[in-house]
Amino acid sequence: MSQTLTLGPETLHALPSGALWWPARRVLAVSDLHLGKSARLARRGGALLPPYETRATLERLEADIAATRPAGVICLGDSFDDTAAAGALEEDAMLWLARLMAGRDWTWIEGNHDPGPIALAGTHRASLTLGALTFRHIADPAQRHEVSGHYHPKARLAGQARPCFLADAARIILPAYGAYTGGLWSHDPALTGLMQPGALAVLTGPKARAIPMPR
Amino acid sequence: MTALPAPLSTWFAARGWALHPHQQAMLDRAAAPATLLIAPTGGGKTLAGFLPSLAELGPAPPPGLHTLYISPLKALTADIRRNLRAPLEGAGLPIRVEDRTGDTGQTARKRQRVDPPHILLTTPESLALLLSYEDAPRMFSTLQRVIVDELHAVAESKRGDQLALLLARLGRLAPGLRRIGLSATVEDPPALARFLAPGTEILLADPGPDPDISMLDTGTPPPWSGGGGRHAIPAILQQVRAHRTTLIFHNTRAQAELFFHDLWLQNEDGLPIAIHHGSLAREQRERVEAAMVEGRLRAVVCTGSLDLGIDWGDVDLVIQVGAPKNVKRLVQRIGRANHRYNAPSKALLVPANRFEVVECQAALDAALARDLDGEPRGSGPRDVLCQHLLIAACAGPFRADDLYAEIRDAAPYHALTRPDFDATLDFVATGGYALRAYDRWQRLKQTGDLWHLRDPRSAALIRQNLGTIIDTETLKVRLKGRFGGTPLGEVEEAFAATLTPGDTFLIGGEVVRYEGLNEMTVEVSRTPGRDPKVAVFNGTKFATSTQLSDRILALLNRPGWPFLPDHTARWLALQRQVSALPRRDRLLVESFPHDGREHLVIYGFAGRNAQQTLGLLVTKQMEDQGLDPLGFVATDYATLVWGLSPVTDAAPLFAAETLRQGLESWLQGNALMKRTFRNVALVAGLIERSHQGRRKTGRQATFSSDILYDTLRKYDPDHLLLQITREEAMRGLIDFARIEDLLARIEGRIDLIRLPRLTPLAAPLFLEPGKVPIHGQGRERLAEAQAQALMAAAGLA
Repeated sequence: MSQTLTLGPETLHALPSGALWWPARRVLAVSDLHLGKSARLARRGGALLPPYETRATLERLEADIAATRPAGVICLGDSFDDTAAAGALEEDAMLWLARLMAGRDWTWIEGNHDPGPIALAGTHRASLTLGALTFRHIADPAQRHEVSGHYHPKARLAGQARPCFLADAARIILPAYGAYTGGLWSHDPALTGLMQPGALAVLTGPKARAIPMPR
Repeated sequence: MTALPAPLSTWFAARGWALHPHQQAMLDRAAAPATLLIAPTGGGKTLAGFLPSLAELGPAPPPGLHTLYISPLKALTADIRRNLRAPLEGAGLPIRVEDRTGDTGQTARKRQRVDPPHILLTTPESLALLLSYEDAPRMFSTLQRVIVDELHAVAESKRGDQLALLLARLGRLAPGLRRIGLSATVEDPPALARFLAPGTEILLADPGPDPDISMLDTGTPPPWSGGGGRHAIPAILQQVRAHRTTLIFHNTRAQAELFFHDLWLQNEDGLPIAIHHGSLAREQRERVEAAMVEGRLRAVVCTGSLDLGIDWGDVDLVIQVGAPKNVKRLVQRIGRANHRYNAPSKALLVPANRFEVVECQAALDAALARDLDGEPRGSGPRDVLCQHLLIAACAGPFRADDLYAEIRDAAPYHALTRPDFDATLDFVATGGYALRAYDRWQRLKQTGDLWHLRDPRSAALIRQNLGTIIDTETLKVRLKGRFGGTPLGEVEEAFAATLTPGDTFLIGGEVVRYEGLNEMTVEVSRTPGRDPKVAVFNGTKFATSTQLSDRILALLNRPGWPFLPDHTARWLALQRQVSALPRRDRLLVESFPHDGREHLVIYGFAGRNAQQTLGLLVTKQMEDQGLDPLGFVATDYATLVWGLSPVTDAAPLFAAETLRQGLESWLQGNALMKRTFRNVALVAGLIERSHQGRRKTGRQATFSSDILYDTLRKYDPDHLLLQITREEAMRGLIDFARIEDLLARIEGRIDLIRLPRLTPLAAPLFLEPGKVPIHGQGRERLAEAQAQALMAAAGLA
C-alpha cells in the first residue's frame, strides 16, 4: 500500500513505514534512525527512557528489507543519535545491524547528529549520487532531484498527526524512521520555504496516503 | 490554656473584635499534636489556625522558622500575608511573615533559605522544592507548627498525596512538629483527620444557619441543549443590580468566556463586572482580584479558580450557572457568599439547559438535606512516590530503610509494602526495565548503604519538574504589536493547532482574530463586533457523584414534575412520549440517524468517566462487528456514539463478561490510557515538562509520550509505569467500578429503542466538548475519502 512518487526520470515508492523504495536500482532509503537516543539521554543525566527504541527501529527496518530485498540501503543521516551513541550500541544491536547489512551495498550519509566517521562497515559519505538522484541529509534549495531527511516532517489528516514524506518535482524529504523521534509540521516556514507550490505530503500509517502538503 | 500576646488582645479589643468559640478552642488546644478544624466559610478559620502560632511567638520571637502555612492556592498565600500584616503591625509584634510560591523572585528565595521568616506561607509544590535542597534540615530544624489550609480540597488529589509525604519528611526534620488542618464541611471528617496524622483531634465549628438557595426564575426557559446560561443573562443582571457583589460560577472556562462576552453585550448600565479563570494571564487575574478586594466590582464571572480561599468579604450572592455535578462543591461554593459568620449564605442555581434543571433540582434538594457526597480515596499512587524519591535524592544521600519508614508515616502510603517500595526505588535508580540497559548511566547509585544521584547536576533538572499538577499544553495569546503585545491568556495547544489566520475566538471576554503563530505565542488582533467562530478550551470537567445521579434518576421517574419549571416538565413528558425516560433498574439505549451519521445513546447515569469507558468498550465491540464507529462523547448521564452503521441488537454490547474481557484487551491501546500514561510519566519523572524556551529550540527532539507508551507495552508490558497507569486509569478516567455498579443494577434489562430522529434528551450531547475519535476502519474510510477529496480539489487526483 505504498504511494508512487516521481522524481526526474525516476519512479519511487513511499512505503507506509516511512522508507523510500527505488525499484529500478533496488535501493531502500531511510532517514533519521536516531539509534541510541535513550542511552544518550541517560548518559547526560536525564530521564531513563525505555531502552527499546533501537530494537523497535531495527525490527521495522528488518521488515522493510525482508519485503523489498534491496541490493542497496541508504541511511540518510542522523542514523545514530550522536557519535558516542554509535559506539555505545549494544552488542546484540550491532550484530543485528551487521546481519541486515550483510550482502548489501550499505551507505551511511553523514547527519548533523552523527557527523564523524563511525566504526561500522558500509560506505560513509557526505552525499551520494546514483544516476539522476542525489541523496543527502539536509535538503539543498539550489539542487534538483534530491532525496533528503533531517526535518522529520509531519502533517495532520482527519484529526490525526502522522510523520510524512514531502515531495515535489525537485525533491523528496523523508520522515524520521526512528522510534523516538518528534516531528516538524509541514506548515513550518522551514518546510514551506523549501517545497514548491503543489507539493504533496505522503502520510505514513496503515497505508501511505498522499494529500496536498498542508501549508 | 494559651493566651494571646497582650498587644494583640488589645488590638483586637480596640476594634471591638472577639474570638469565635472555635478560635478560642484552637488556642486552648495549642499543645495537641494534630487538630483538624472543620468550619464554614467566613468563620475566621484561617486566623483560628494561626492563633496558636501568634501566641507562641509572642512579643519577642526567637529567630528561625516557627510556622509553615500550606495552601493549595498561590493567591491565597499573598492574601493571608496581607491579612496577617494588619494585626501584627497594629499590635507592634515583630513577627516576620513571608510567602514563598512559584512567583517569588530568585533573590527572595535564596534569602528565605538562609534567613527564614517566623511564618512562611507556601504551596505543596514550593514546599517540595524547599525540601529538595541540601540545607532543608537546617531550615526546618526550628519548625514548631504546620498549618494546612483547605485540607478538604488538597486531600482529594495527587497534590495531597505528595503533601502527606512532605509532611512525613517535615516530621523527621522537626520532631515534635504540631499539625493543624483547616477544612470546609466534608462528608467524612475522620478520614480527613487520619490524612493529617494518626490520632488527630477533630474540632467542629458551628456550621451556621441553613443557606438560602433556590433556582433562579429566568422568565425565558433554558435552551433545549448546550450550556452557558446565556438565556438567563437579563435575570442575572437584575440580581447583580439588587446585590452588592455577586460571584457567578461556571463549570468550564469556555462557558465563562462565552457568558461574559454576552453579558457585556447586555450590560446596558455598564455595571463593573469582571472575569476570572485559570487561563487568563496572571496580570489580568491580579487586576481583578485587587479590584474585588477594593470593592470596585459588582460581579465576577469565574470558574473553580475562585472555589477556594480568598476572602472577598463583600460577596452577598453566589450564582451557580450550570449543574454543580457534586453536592459538596455546591455547598462550598454557596459558602463563598456572605463571609460574615452566622449569616445565611444566599445562592441561586441557573440550569444551563433543560436537563440541568433536573440536575439542579436534585442538587438543591441534597444541599438542603446536607446530604454530602464523596468517594473514599484509595492508597497513594506510586508515581507521586517516584517523585518523592527523586526529591529525597536531591536533598542528599539516603538509606533505603530510613526512607521506607518515613514514607509509611504518610497516611496514603501507610500500607506500602517493601517490595513495592523497592520496585519504585529501582525505577528511579535504573529505569526498572526488564532490559538492564543503564548500568553505567543509572540515575541513582548506591555507595555502601547510601543512595545518591550519580550526577549531582541532574538535581537542577529534577527540581524543574517537581509537582503533581499536570497542565495541558498551552500557548500564550498576545495582541500583535510592536512592543511584544499585551498578554491576554492561554489556549490549549491542540486548540491553537486548529486555527487558521482569520479565525475569531473569545478570550478574556473579547473577540480576537487569529493572526498567526510567532515562536510559541498565538498572535491575535482585536475584532470587536464580530461573532466568534470558535470557543476556547475544554476546561475542567467533573463527574456527577453517584449520590447525585441516583437522586436525578429518582426525580426523572416521578409520575409528574409539578415542582419543576413548566418548560422542563413538558420536555420530560415529551421524552417519555417519543422514547422513554431512563430508569435506575433498566438501561435505556436509543438509536437514530442524524446529520448523515448513525447514533447510539446509552443512558447509563454512571458519571462522566465511567460513561467514557463505556463508550470505549462499546465502540471496540462495534468496530469488531463492522459497524464502523467514528467517535463518541460522554457526559455524566449518557454516552453518544456516532458511526457509519446502525446498532440493531444492543444486548451483546452490554454483556458483563464481554465488557470485562474487552476492558482487558483494549485498556492497552486507547487514547485515555495514553493520556493517563503521560500524566503518570510526568509525575514519575520519566519525561520532562515542556518549558516554553526549551520547546522552541528542540522541536524535533521532543516526541509524543504515546510512543513511549506503545514501546513499553510491546517490549516491557509489566513495567512499573504501566502498572501505575493502569491503577490510575481504573480509579480515575476508567472508573470501571461504576460500570460494574450499573450492570448490577440493570441485571441485563436493556431497552433498545430505534427512532427516526434525535430525541429531546439526546440533544445536549451533540454540543459536548471532549469528543474521542476512534482510530479504526471507519476513520480509515473517512481519511481515504478526505485525502481523495483534497487531491481532487487541488487538481492532483
